[in-house]
Amino acid sequence: MSTEYNGYITTERIDGADDGPLAGRTVAVKDNISTEGVRTTCGSAMLDDYVPPYDATVVERITAAGGTIPGKTNMDEFGMGTTTETSAFGSTENPVAEGHVPGGSSGGSAAVVTAGDADMALGTDTGGSVRAPAAFCGVVGIKPTYGLVSRYGVVAYGNSLEQVGPIAPTVKEAAELLEVIAGPDPSDATTRDAREARSASDSRAGDARETSEERSEDAYDYAAAADGDIDGLDIGIPMELLDGADERVTEVFWDAIDDLEARGATYHDVDLECLRYAVEAYYVTAMSEASSNLARFDGVRYGQSGGYDGNWNETFARAREEGFGEEVKSRVLLGTYALSAGYQDKYYKKAQDARAWIKRDINDALEGADVLASPTMPVPPMELGESLEDPLTMYLADANTTPANLANLPAISVPAGETDGGLPVGLQFMGPAFGERAIIRAGSALA
Amino acid sequence: MSDTEPVVDPEEVRHVADLARIDLDDDEVDRFTEQFADILEYFETLDEVPEVDIDEELANVMRPDEVRDSLSQAEALENAPESEDGYFKGPNVS
Repeated sequence: MSTEYNGYITTERIDGADDGPLAGRTVAVKDNISTEGVRTTCGSAMLDDYVPPYDATVVERITAAGGTIPGKTNMDEFGMGTTTETSAFGSTENPVAEGHVPGGSSGGSAAVVTAGDADMALGTDTGGSVRAPAAFCGVVGIKPTYGLVSRYGVVAYGNSLEQVGPIAPTVKEAAELLEVIAGPDPSDATTRDAREARSASDSRAGDARETSEERSEDAYDYAAAADGDIDGLDIGIPMELLDGADERVTEVFWDAIDDLEARGATYHDVDLECLRYAVEAYYVTAMSEASSNLARFDGVRYGQSGGYDGNWNETFARAREEGFGEEVKSRVLLGTYALSAGYQDKYYKKAQDARAWIKRDINDALEGADVLASPTMPVPPMELGESLEDPLTMYLADANTTPANLANLPAISVPAGETDGGLPVGLQFMGPAFGERAIIRAGSALA
Repeated sequence: MSDTEPVVDPEEVRHVADLARIDLDDDEVDRFTEQFADILEYFETLDEVPEVDIDEELANVMRPDEVRDSLSQAEALENAPESEDGYFKGPNVS
């Protein structure tokens, strides 16, 4: 299998079990998720010939559930990008918007799903990397609550922020894939049991919810929640996430909200000043974590060595000059800077304050609303090549997706329609921790 | 404002690159000097963020210290560019 839009980096097939909920279906896997015996490049020349000796937990769960993996999908190098243009294997073109980017960093995963070259796919989402490409390619993407899905075998970029999430043509199919990959894993100590987490938060809220459909024992029944029933749904809309958005996007967004209202939902504005600092808080945090996580690529245990002799540190620095692309170098350097003596309080500590503020205020807003809605991306898909020269402009495109990562909350992007020029627009719902059913139900009213 | 106002010049970029163990060519140093000035100026807005009490729900996750299956030595060495007698082989340390 090959695709002219460059969705796959590797097309080696991994067969799944004969039976199971995913039997007969193909699930493409982002190339930063380890597959035993099949190379896993992270979109980087550094790992051009790296072949993992073990499977990520999510890969084991997909094949055990009968899913067949048709290949490993293209991505921004180590997940660092919003357009899939920083890949060392060339950019991916958006299959439904010629000449435009598919979004990123899981751009290959969304592209192969929208093109019909895989039934569904896995991406990873550190600051929007599942939802951005889902929005740009007109498909569905879910960023689960932090701790719902195992990260064992996922190559780390910003490990306090990232989760593996499903991409599929419909909310129901994305929910089915989420059911397969969700659940605690002894190999990832940050995973939690959604049932325990839900009942703990219900009892804190003084709300037993015994008779309600959100009983904690149903916590993993995601596909059943995709019933499109939004009668009585209370939607909060943070105006901060619409202020800076492109008009072509906000028009489609408000049309979709009108549609939801006509079907029994209500909405109210919420004021979340903290969200104005989300992009800065996200980038300082993610870059700092990246500077530490990517220190392992030294060309000795794995990765491109360059074959140099001489002093360890100098050899190491030369191998990394050759193996890493420009955006990765930039983020590792900025992260190193933000953590260095004299600047840690100014950048890293302030970013953690902003993160705590965002977490607190979003959770408060979710006490007064079932879900929060916004456009997934403030802009329609960029043209290929448009954003590479100006990283800061590309970072600002993450304004609406980064809050869910900073607050550890689940979020879904569903197709809301198209601009007059035919470019896909996504609508995002954010929900309470381990409240995936709420965002799935809301999203299923649209796709 | 703190007394550690960031100064982004080529020397500072080279210094951080040295800390991060990444060599840069001259063109990259020039581009990064320009880009980092913009990005760090943007990060300055974090100065406006109020201090927030962080109420972390963190819990230690413990397990018994038991021997379990793991990768064999050969599997662990599979991706190393060079190995010798079952060890990773790297350049000289000094």
